[in-house]
Amino acid sequence: MEPQPGQDKPHLPPPSLWPIGFAIGVVCILVGLIVSWPAAAVGAALTAIFGFLWVRDVTKGYQRPDAGVEPAVGGPESATEGAPAIPADRGEAAMPPPEPGETFPRNVFLEGATLGLGGVIAGIVTVPILGFAIGPVFEHKHHHEIDLGPLENFKEGQYVVATFISNPSEGEISRRTAYIRNNGFLGDKPSFTAISNRCVHLGCPTQPNGPLFDRREVEQHTKSGPVKLVPALPAGGFGCPCHGGQYDQEGNRTAGPPVRALDRYEFYIRNGRLYLGKTFSVASVSGSGANAKIKKYRLAGPGQHVDGFEQVLYPLQPPS
Amino acid sequence: MPGKRSRKEEMMRVAQYPIDWLEERSGLVGGLKYFLFRKVPRDSGWWHTLGSATLTAFLVQLGTGVILAMYYKPDPNGAYESVQHITNDVTLGWLVRGMHRWGASVFIILMFFHMARVFLFGAYKYPRELNWIVGALLLPTALLEGFSGYLLPYDQTAYWATVVGININGTAPFLGPFLASFLRSGSEIGGDTLARFYSLHMLLLPGAIIGLITLHLYLVVRLGVSSPPWSKEAAGRERDETPAPRGAGLVTPAPRGAARRPADG
Repeated sequence: MEPQPGQDKPHLPPPSLWPIGFAIGVVCILVGLIVSWPAAAVGAALTAIFGFLWVRDVTKGYQRPDAGVEPAVGGPESATEGAPAIPADRGEAAMPPPEPGETFPRNVFLEGATLGLGGVIAGIVTVPILGFAIGPVFEHKHHHEIDLGPLENFKEGQYVVATFISNPSEGEISRRTAYIRNNGFLGDKPSFTAISNRCVHLGCPTQPNGPLFDRREVEQHTKSGPVKLVPALPAGGFGCPCHGGQYDQEGNRTAGPPVRALDRYEFYIRNGRLYLGKTFSVASVSGSGANAKIKKYRLAGPGQHVDGFEQVLYPLQPPS
Repeated sequence: MPGKRSRKEEMMRVAQYPIDWLEERSGLVGGLKYFLFRKVPRDSGWWHTLGSATLTAFLVQLGTGVILAMYYKPDPNGAYESVQHITNDVTLGWLVRGMHRWGASVFIILMFFHMARVFLFGAYKYPRELNWIVGALLLPTALLEGFSGYLLPYDQTAYWATVVGININGTAPFLGPFLASFLRSGSEIGGDTLARFYSLHMLLLPGAIIGLITLHLYLVVRLGVSSPPWSKEAAGRERDETPAPRGAGLVTPAPRGAARRPADG
């Protein structure tokens, strides 16, 4: 493929593999600048070598020994020395006209390479961005145990509305409320009922249907931050102001739109203090107090069925 | 007075020059004229202005929103105070916040009126089906703007309304719990939720709306405005007033003005 007089077709360099080595060299330089100087030097050498080879390849057609003289090898009609250049449309065609059905593999290759490389670049950019956006959905949350203070504040058979910070690093926004009742002992083990106040219809805060004894309120500062305990007498169970969901004293739904019983907290006792752990979901509770039988399920969002036929609608739960 | 006239012409030429300069190099002036001075059916009226009204309401939201973003702090401990600061302290802050807050409702209401007009006029029919579809995508995008913006004042109403809204999303079968978790940015509402809603509210969703409106307007310009149903003209031609045969369209569509079927006697 040599440049010919009277031919103004664009000069197409032959395909060359050197740019690949050149690109690898550039990458080595960039990585080397961060990681180690020798790697950068190797990269620079690679870049120089492959760059030279590439340029040599590309300019092959122009490297003629008889520079300055019009080439005389263009074909029978080519110009003789000193003659005016032949107009572009008169000169002999540089390439034979394409035969019917002939393809242009370079075009196809370039098109494919553009689309393919573009796709790869778009993917390289998009995947981490998407992962960044939806990552929190699949992350396991660290659960902080909640210290509700000494057991003396929980009188047997008495409901206490406990308000606490569930995650000290998040602060006020993680304030949660639980209904705690000391059930006395089941055998030799202490029994507590610890119900989350979040309505399992759509997550509004429920309230006790009965008086709160504000004067007997206990405010204390535990290692979970401020904890407020207000004794209550939820004679009518618990009710949600948003859409009218009603629950009995064990958290079973009695009326309204909720689809299951109120969620509960795991609890444990250490050094005479009551701690709350993770939350779990409850389909229903039979019995009451220490003898209650709780159908326990993995924590599900409000409004989601955990038992019965409808549970097939929520086969998977994101980690909580 | 040839001198005076030539001076006037000279002035006009000077005024015209930058416009011509721009037109010659970009074609933008011609493009703007093509966009603004379109032919519309002679009997189009006030009903046809609801789309422009919706667009104006959106532009008001855009303008006021940009300014509000200069004062608002999307931080759980500072969001409420910053909104109080905007309302009570910043010059005309009460007005701009009020425009944004009420303008949001105006935007949605006008959008519904516009949709009702298009539906009742039958303006969604061929060849404008695609524009109806674009509009049908614009509506939920705008509603999502309302949902994400509602959390930002970060008062009790905002917080609990968003709790309920996210949990409604969570009750969708199969992927609902994951959608809710995505909106919450985790299993609990926290500081990230507010920042996430803020980002959705002022970057992603407005961008989507601008893109969809651009497509919407492109189709309006390309296809033209439809005549109202009472028009004597259809697409610039006399309307064919031949009554359709009885029973036509019940089972198979009959062509307009088709001869009555023998069975009709």
